[in-house]
Amino acid sequence: ALQISRGLWKKYGDKRVIDPPISEMGFTGIAVGAAMVWLRPVCEFMTFNFSMQAIDQVINSAAKTCYMSAGAIAVPIVFRGPNGASAGVAAQHSQCFAAWYGHCPGLKVVSPWSSEDAKGLLKASIRDDNPVVMLENELLYGVPFEMSEQAQSKDFVIPIGKAKIERQGTHVTLVSHSRPVGHCLEAAAVLAKEGVECEVINLRTIRPMDIETVEASVVKTNHLVTVEGGWPQFGVGAEICARIMEGSAFNYLDAPAVRVTGADVPMPYAKILEDNCIPQVKDIIFAVKKTLNI
Amino acid sequence: ASRVMVASRNYADFASEATFEIKKCDLHRLEEGPSTTAVMTREEGLHYYKTMQTIRRMELKSDQLYKQKIIRGFCHLYDGQEACCVGLEVAIKPTDHVITAYRAHGFTYARGVPVREILAELTGRKGGCVKGKGGSMHMYTKNFYGGNGIVGAQVPLGAGIALACKYFGKNEVCLTLYGDGAANQGQIFETYNMAALWKLPCVFICENNRYGMGTSVERAAASTDYYKRGDFIPGLRVDGMDVLCVREAAKFATEYCRAGKGPILMELQTYRYHGHSMSDPGISYRTREEIQEVRSKSDPITLLKDRMVNNNLASIEELKEIDVAVRKEIEEAAQFATTDPEPPLEELGNHIYFNEPPFEVRGPNQWIRYKSVS
Repeated sequence: ALQISRGLWKKYGDKRVIDPPISEMGFTGIAVGAAMVWLRPVCEFMTFNFSMQAIDQVINSAAKTCYMSAGAIAVPIVFRGPNGASAGVAAQHSQCFAAWYGHCPGLKVVSPWSSEDAKGLLKASIRDDNPVVMLENELLYGVPFEMSEQAQSKDFVIPIGKAKIERQGTHVTLVSHSRPVGHCLEAAAVLAKEGVECEVINLRTIRPMDIETVEASVVKTNHLVTVEGGWPQFGVGAEICARIMEGSAFNYLDAPAVRVTGADVPMPYAKILEDNCIPQVKDIIFAVKKTLNI
Repeated sequence: ASRVMVASRNYADFASEATFEIKKCDLHRLEEGPSTTAVMTREEGLHYYKTMQTIRRMELKSDQLYKQKIIRGFCHLYDGQEACCVGLEVAIKPTDHVITAYRAHGFTYARGVPVREILAELTGRKGGCVKGKGGSMHMYTKNFYGGNGIVGAQVPLGAGIALACKYFGKNEVCLTLYGDGAANQGQIFETYNMAALWKLPCVFICENNRYGMGTSVERAAASTDYYKRGDFIPGLRVDGMDVLCVREAAKFATEYCRAGKGPILMELQTYRYHGHSMSDPGISYRTREEIQEVRSKSDPITLLKDRMVNNNLASIEELKEIDVAVRKEIEEAAQFATTDPEPPLEELGNHIYFNEPPFEVRGPNQWIRYKSVS
């Protein structure tokens, strides 16, 4: 429906581009079974909200099988689709699943922000011999990004498990994934005018998380703000904070780490309500200033 | 004392094969069904007998080990249903694929895993077929995808394997098994729809042993004609206690799929002597009389033995010798399974991913780390 596979059916036909009936549990199981015989399927959920119907197949059939079989059966599959809030689609269609899938050993979970992220991570995910959940963002589908020559080349891949520093800074570390990365950069631009230089990290991968890049940054800036679209409890930011506490970077923090997240409510419909349920640029700026005590 | 010489039968005394009448299958959306006669050679009979007897004794040994608390957790035994997995295995090729649910020890053996590796997996040792990582419900081998714990989840998986078979074009089929309990799962109906739509070479097989855990089929299903539940998918109802009936039906079904006609459904009417699992005595929802009746009138191994002896394909002594050999094999396997060491702790983190460079896995606290190797 969102035309991410536009043109593929024309090019590759019925054998390789299959349009299933609306039976997520069934078709996800079929995709996982096909993966076990190395067909390398890419299984699309129209949005990740519908993946809940099939979540048993993603976790129990895909994620755990390599471990349970001591490596006898691999599941090279990609589950992809839009994740998180959109615009006015209300509570049942707006949930972010980064924390849910990021919780499970056996899965890899990636979350692209830019076009080069999307291309490089999708290629890497397909080539990976393991089940990868790729959490895209519907509102980002329409946003153009610059792509380098290298990024446009045929075999461009981005390593799974490696974060990218989108903007260098010295006063505070902003860690984010997916669409909020853009908001962080906007916030950084505003703050720069006030003399605050933010280092913006694009996680790119939720699991395995590149905490080393975050730690190195915190050692440099001494302040940490995490930004995500999902709910606060047990979220990506919560995990980052816990790991920072456990690691060497803790001693370099001059203030407690702070989280900016989606509001802790099911997503409402009315625009004013919805707008105030997702982290906005002003919320990030506020959090940075609180952390820096300015 | 002088030794008495007993004249023994030599092989020239036996028939090389015999033809048997087998029960006609009930048909759904099929003009013709499998043959009502089956030819069995002496070699085939001895092979079927030995295989079924091995599974029977292996399951009884598992019961024993479980009661001694050497096997823990879940243990779903297959004794009574041997004709199903053996009849199916001898009808298909090693290059075909099989997937089933958790009552999987018989299939694991039929697909080629030695008894000692099955028992050692049940006892959680490093010599287990999946190195102690899976246990009773998660055993795998080439072209055998388990061993699946979530009721019904294996059915879409099986259709997916069939989809890959069709894609790769090597004329392989996938046997996708489930029980009468799972037969009411929604995902199975989703799978029927897609398998039929895309003409997947999937043989759906319902092992109807009359009880889904403790619920009889009459209390669970509005229609207990499981072979018809595929609606637009043709089906047959098969006597699952007769290994020849299962074999002929499976040959028919796989031929149907290989011809590109799409999926087909087989209901195997069978029975389990044990309860649902080792924590179920199996007598609160059925009578001892019922169990005894099946044992005396329909036991698959006894049925085969009688056929072979009555048709001069084997002697009682010969089959007894096989029994002795099987017992010995099971004893040795059990010995291995109880003495083999547990997997080393260092392997705890292995095989989280496939084909992945080594990485570290967190243990119960941040200072305990395990290495994960693929």
